[in-house]
Amino acid sequence: MTARDIQINEHGRLQHFLTIEGLQRDLLVEILDRAEGFTGVAGRAVKKVPLLRGRTIVNLFFEPSTRTRTTFDLAATRLSADVLNLNIEASSTKKGETLLDTLRTLEAMHCDMFVVRHSLSGAAHFIAANVAPHISVINGGDGRHAHPTQAMLDAFTIRRHKREFRQLAVAIVGDVLHSRVARSEIHALRVLGVPDIRVVGPRTLIPAGVEAMGVRVYHDMTAGMRDVDVVVMLRLQYERMRGALLPSASEYFRLYGLTEERLRFAKPDVIVMHPGPINRGVEIDSAVADGGRSVILQQVSHGIAVRMAIMAMLAGSHAGGGE
Amino acid sequence: MTARIRIRGGRIVDPANRFDAVADLYIDGGRIVAVGRRPRGFATEEVLDARGLIVCPGLVDLSARLREPGYTHKATIASELKAAVAGGVTTLCCPPDTLPIIDTTAVVELIHQRAATTGLARVVCLGALTRDLKGEMLAGMNGLKSVGCVGVSNALAPVVNSEVMRRALEYAHTCGLTVFIHAEDPWLAGSGHVHEGAVSTRLGLPGIPETAETVALSRDLLLVEQSGARAHFCRLSCARSARLVAEAAGRGLPVTADVAIHQLFLTDADLGRFDSFCHVRPPLRGRADRDGLRRALRKGVISAICSDHQPHDPDAKRTPFDATEPGISALETWLPLTLRLVDEGLLDLNAALATVTANPAAILGVDAGTLGVGASADVCIFDPDETWRLDEKSMVSAGRNTPFLDQTFRGRVRFTLHAGRVVYSA
Repeated sequence: MTARDIQINEHGRLQHFLTIEGLQRDLLVEILDRAEGFTGVAGRAVKKVPLLRGRTIVNLFFEPSTRTRTTFDLAATRLSADVLNLNIEASSTKKGETLLDTLRTLEAMHCDMFVVRHSLSGAAHFIAANVAPHISVINGGDGRHAHPTQAMLDAFTIRRHKREFRQLAVAIVGDVLHSRVARSEIHALRVLGVPDIRVVGPRTLIPAGVEAMGVRVYHDMTAGMRDVDVVVMLRLQYERMRGALLPSASEYFRLYGLTEERLRFAKPDVIVMHPGPINRGVEIDSAVADGGRSVILQQVSHGIAVRMAIMAMLAGSHAGGGE
Repeated sequence: MTARIRIRGGRIVDPANRFDAVADLYIDGGRIVAVGRRPRGFATEEVLDARGLIVCPGLVDLSARLREPGYTHKATIASELKAAVAGGVTTLCCPPDTLPIIDTTAVVELIHQRAATTGLARVVCLGALTRDLKGEMLAGMNGLKSVGCVGVSNALAPVVNSEVMRRALEYAHTCGLTVFIHAEDPWLAGSGHVHEGAVSTRLGLPGIPETAETVALSRDLLLVEQSGARAHFCRLSCARSARLVAEAAGRGLPVTADVAIHQLFLTDADLGRFDSFCHVRPPLRGRADRDGLRRALRKGVISAICSDHQPHDPDAKRTPFDATEPGISALETWLPLTLRLVDEGLLDLNAALATVTANPAAILGVDAGTLGVGASADVCIFDPDETWRLDEKSMVSAGRNTPFLDQTFRGRVRFTLHAGRVVYSA
């Protein structure tokens, strides 16, 4: 059906990081283990390690983003790389330059790594398939398809609190239809061995055939919450209320908003995650977002360590395996 | 220059005349003058040795986009007719979504004249059903018919307003024109480019549900019944659609249907990781639909296979999936894939060749797809056993966009004749 996974090079090392789908458990665990090693860096007086000194990383963002770009930026800087931030949505594509033209131009500047965010699903794969062989591509989110670094930082956060993936029940709640985070999360949790993965939401926001990804679908929030160890809330975009997907934000909150009452159905030591930015009072109550079971801010700081780990592994792949 | 040609010793398979035997075929003045015995006084000027080969009518394609006028950066009538005859195709029907659109007689005449200049194959046109394909006002159908349009169609553009569709069908009926319908509800199709299901969900691509086709098809079948118009449903993608057409035909409605050749072999699983060569419209669906379309073809509910040829420039496919243009450059693989259906036991050779010759000719109402005495000598002579590999560099079409690249095919065209002249030989 498809050729060799372009994410893995001929030495079996990570060449690009585009999607969790198709990656082996050992590799995901290696990312998590290496990220552990990087969590200490932020605590030092000099927050830098010299692993990527002399390398140039381009943040190639075709879709606006502050948070994700900033964490990639920090991760690269803490690895001592040079960082170039490009907001393409506002510049060349409007002048008729194709994506391939943009890539060729950047290649000519001798960059080593691209972090790509694009509104079209498959954009990161397309770029990885078309860049010069010495360049690695990290998918920073493509359309509804994948956001693999977010999934890894969520897995990292879960592991810090729960240790054993093989005994967990995880509920992913909300707009799964439009969510690249949900898709990558499902792949990651499956590969790591989570036996009970649930998606919870109204029929209009659950994509067709999602069961084939190895999840169970719940339309009832209370049933979906029952005895889960982890709740991952997804952001609900206000534009979903303009079409025929949902009647109103208040009705959505009434049915699927995460409140303390609903959380009581989960395990007592449940943790609550959210990829951010959160909509208070739409998908999550402030009391939960700021409460003792919320690990939302930890996710942000873990994001830097996890992205450092992935960048370091990709840079290592060009040294012929290991560095 | 047409010569007196004897095609010697081939197995003549002519589904239109239920003829299948090893025999000679005699051509004079651009027409078939005899099958079997040499006519009296026939002084042979040229002999084509067809021993071991199959001689059938030149293929008749219900849908081939030649990209001219308007999109000549992709292909031209001249470039695509070369590809057509290399694939054994001698009659091609051009949908009206050229630029300008085929809603004036001038565009029809331009296309006819460009095709005639090449002398390679015959091109017939579908005129626009509504002006500018906007689905608002009727196109000048009678005028389009007077210059040779074989039917009318709104191509891939929807006629959203059901009243307009009703009146368009009634008016086409008045003009004695068949309406060629691509059934697609634009709201249900939404911004999708692939079948809605597990694959679209995995890839995060907006999906097109089956109902995008079946809802539109159901409406149009009811309007066909009300108006009495003859309708042909183009390029079905769902098994359910074939059942709806069969049910309507069973009630005596004058409806027919075709399928694009790629729908009989590919499914949405072939999208792999965003293979833009598998971006087609209507989309590739699941295995159940593909198998259902095959069954409908065997039962004759779907009576024709078209190439749905859509050549593209390389850039049209070199961008993230949803931004690519749909379609496959298909003329050169159409016959060998049809023969593959015979190898796989779905159809016998006569039935398979009928779906690409006599049956589409009957749908179009053109004098083609037959080797009967007196017919235009449009002939395809192929070696059913020769295997070959589809190589990008050796493709004749200007469009190299095909998911079948580097595949091995059985059955290769050796000669193509159009109006009694050898227009291709290999």
